[in-house]
Amino acid sequence: MILKSENLEAWFGEAKALKGVGLEFESNTVTAIIGPSGCGKSTYIRCLNRLHEETPGARIGGRVLLQGRDIYGPEVDPVLLRRQIGMVFQKPNPFPSMSVYDNVAVGLKLGGIRKKRELDSRVEWSLRVAALWDEVKDKLDRPGTSLSGGQQQRLCIARALAVKPVVLLMDEPTSALDPISTARIEELLTELKKTVTIVIVTHNMQQSARISDKTAFLLMGELVEFGETSALFTTPKDKRTESYITGRFG
Amino acid sequence: MERHFDEELRKLKTELLAMAGHVERSIEHAANALVGRAAEAISNIYELEQEVNREHKSVDEACLRLLALQQPLAADLRLIVAVIKINTDLERMGDQAVNIAHHTERYMADRDQPEVLVDLPEMFSETRFMVREAIDAFVKNDETLARDVLKRDDRVDAFKHKIYSDILNILQSEPKDIEQGFSLILIARNLERIADHATNIAEDVIFAITGSDVRHSPRTGPS
Amino acid sequence: MIAEQRGRTIKNVLMCSALAFAALIAIIPLVSVFGYVFLRGFSSISVEFFTSMPRPVGETGGGMANALAGTGILIGLAGLVGIPWGLAAGIYLSEYVAAGEKGAGLGGAAIRFGIDMLASIPSIIVGLFVYVVVVMPFKHFSAWAGGLALGILMIPTVARTTEELLKMVPVHVREAGLALGLPRWKVIVYIVVKGSLRPISTGIVLAIARVSGETAPLLFTAFGNQYWSHDLSAPIASLPVQIYTYAVSPFDDWHRQAWAGALVLILFVSSLNLLTRVILKPSGRAGA
Repeated sequence: MILKSENLEAWFGEAKALKGVGLEFESNTVTAIIGPSGCGKSTYIRCLNRLHEETPGARIGGRVLLQGRDIYGPEVDPVLLRRQIGMVFQKPNPFPSMSVYDNVAVGLKLGGIRKKRELDSRVEWSLRVAALWDEVKDKLDRPGTSLSGGQQQRLCIARALAVKPVVLLMDEPTSALDPISTARIEELLTELKKTVTIVIVTHNMQQSARISDKTAFLLMGELVEFGETSALFTTPKDKRTESYITGRFG
Repeated sequence: MERHFDEELRKLKTELLAMAGHVERSIEHAANALVGRAAEAISNIYELEQEVNREHKSVDEACLRLLALQQPLAADLRLIVAVIKINTDLERMGDQAVNIAHHTERYMADRDQPEVLVDLPEMFSETRFMVREAIDAFVKNDETLARDVLKRDDRVDAFKHKIYSDILNILQSEPKDIEQGFSLILIARNLERIADHATNIAEDVIFAITGSDVRHSPRTGPS
Repeated sequence: MIAEQRGRTIKNVLMCSALAFAALIAIIPLVSVFGYVFLRGFSSISVEFFTSMPRPVGETGGGMANALAGTGILIGLAGLVGIPWGLAAGIYLSEYVAAGEKGAGLGGAAIRFGIDMLASIPSIIVGLFVYVVVVMPFKHFSAWAGGLALGILMIPTVARTTEELLKMVPVHVREAGLALGLPRWKVIVYIVVKGSLRPISTGIVLAIARVSGETAPLLFTAFGNQYWSHDLSAPIASLPVQIYTYAVSPFDDWHRQAWAGALVLILFVSSLNLLTRVILKPSGRAGA
């Protein structure tokens, strides 16, 4: 097990968004987190790379262990931690006025890698793993924002992969994409999990069913059910899970 | 919250129930033909067979459509999968009723034979009870009824074994009745198969309700 | 039905004409100012105007070469003051105050209020201020003082445009930078600000255009000079002050030169405005 949270709590000011969530993530698996809007699923993964604390007024309780070490420990630098836990966002967000190449290389360049050879090979590797290389290899100097929405999102995946994280967090990565682009990214995920452990938030239950090994259902900041995806979608143990996945609320 | 999908599921259940009704009638006619010596009942069985075959296809189509368009999950998914399997079981029951009709015709071809039906009337009523109970369990979403069906399966099996040995005993003294005896053995076997299908239906009902798969467990497993 | 539709069509036409008329009235001053200055100034524009020094009273000819150069120097000095301060204030307001950074609340509000005040202070007051704090202690007018006055006037424009433009960069772009394991300041400098450099530079150009025509603050600071000046701590000529001096003089030849200077100034400011369009155009597809 590579990553786990213990009794994780999160607040926005006085509002408690997470009420003690404990989850465990196995290496090289895809874990989906589902739940209705406002259930705290995005907040949850934003606690896993310490992005939650960047929001003014936000704080957390409980522990998150990456490879056994508490990421909220006093000796942990959140900046260095985030190189180990990458993130892809809901909207494709290539950096403005930056070329395709620079978008992927920027994390490495600003992280201190200067050798052109090394940058080139890492950019190519990342773009290949993100299944984008063949589409962009002839336009690496074009602005990242000139690509299509689906390509932009794969560019963002490549950008996150370039710094070689061990865990990749994805916050509804296909919700802004058309079905074809969505299918490509879903395909990609099953390949990607050979390289990284994936935690994906999705509001699309079919997507969760298709791509994940395990699924967690969050409701109003609480973990309702966590288990094998195939079991959760055929025989959920909790009545609330049943109601949610059969579309009776949410 | 009532969903549009719930209406669709209700329609599907109604369609399956109509088919179940036809299968029950078909078995009833088979009983009347053999036990009640009502040869005219046999033609009804053949007519119902056509009806059941049509319904078999139609229910499958409806399930396929719902799976494709609604992408059901959890209880909805289990219900539709159960309906698909129950549909197949019902159709096979209908086929067994037709088989009974064939064997009954052969059995009755020789009118001179004495009426030796051994325990077949009792086996008929026990089997019909199981079929009725399995369908009731489905209609009422009743797990207890479904479990009762599973218990009864052993009794039908016992009837079959008893009928086999009784008829073998009779044939040892009256070897010339072999053709009639053989027909009766086959009918007992058909009934036993119908009971097995009823058991399958009960198991599917339990799966649809609870999600637990009780098939092939030692206590209840059909042979 | 039909009658109702016709009524609507007529109303539509009426409203459209009224709006077009209002727009026409709004551009009348612009066109007339431009046209008048052009008519009066064009005949006096010559190569000599750009290359020669002013001649003493009575001699015809001569030009404003020293004033043109002086304005260039003053703008350069103003930029040295106004651009870094304005950028710093704009970045602070957008990235720390608007983002709700802990502890930035009170100081941020003060800075925002200060910037707003500065934008509304008459430029002559800024000139007086620089006169008191720079000119009086050093006991002479200087290019430094003029540049400082113009630079202070640039700060609010640069700060405001920078803040507004940076606020347009979506929060998730910043978060993507943080999620890559980059420290906050690198995200701000290399991703947020660098990504908005093009539109920010147009804000700077507009600020330059705004201060290059300022006269009042220069009267007490750079003062003016009839000769070439390479010494930044000496008084220096500038186009607006020169125009002012010539325009209030009783000499016809100076009046002509003043019109020519006014035309050059107007053309310079308008071309800066056009330049901002050019800067923004090619990146339209890529988006900021």
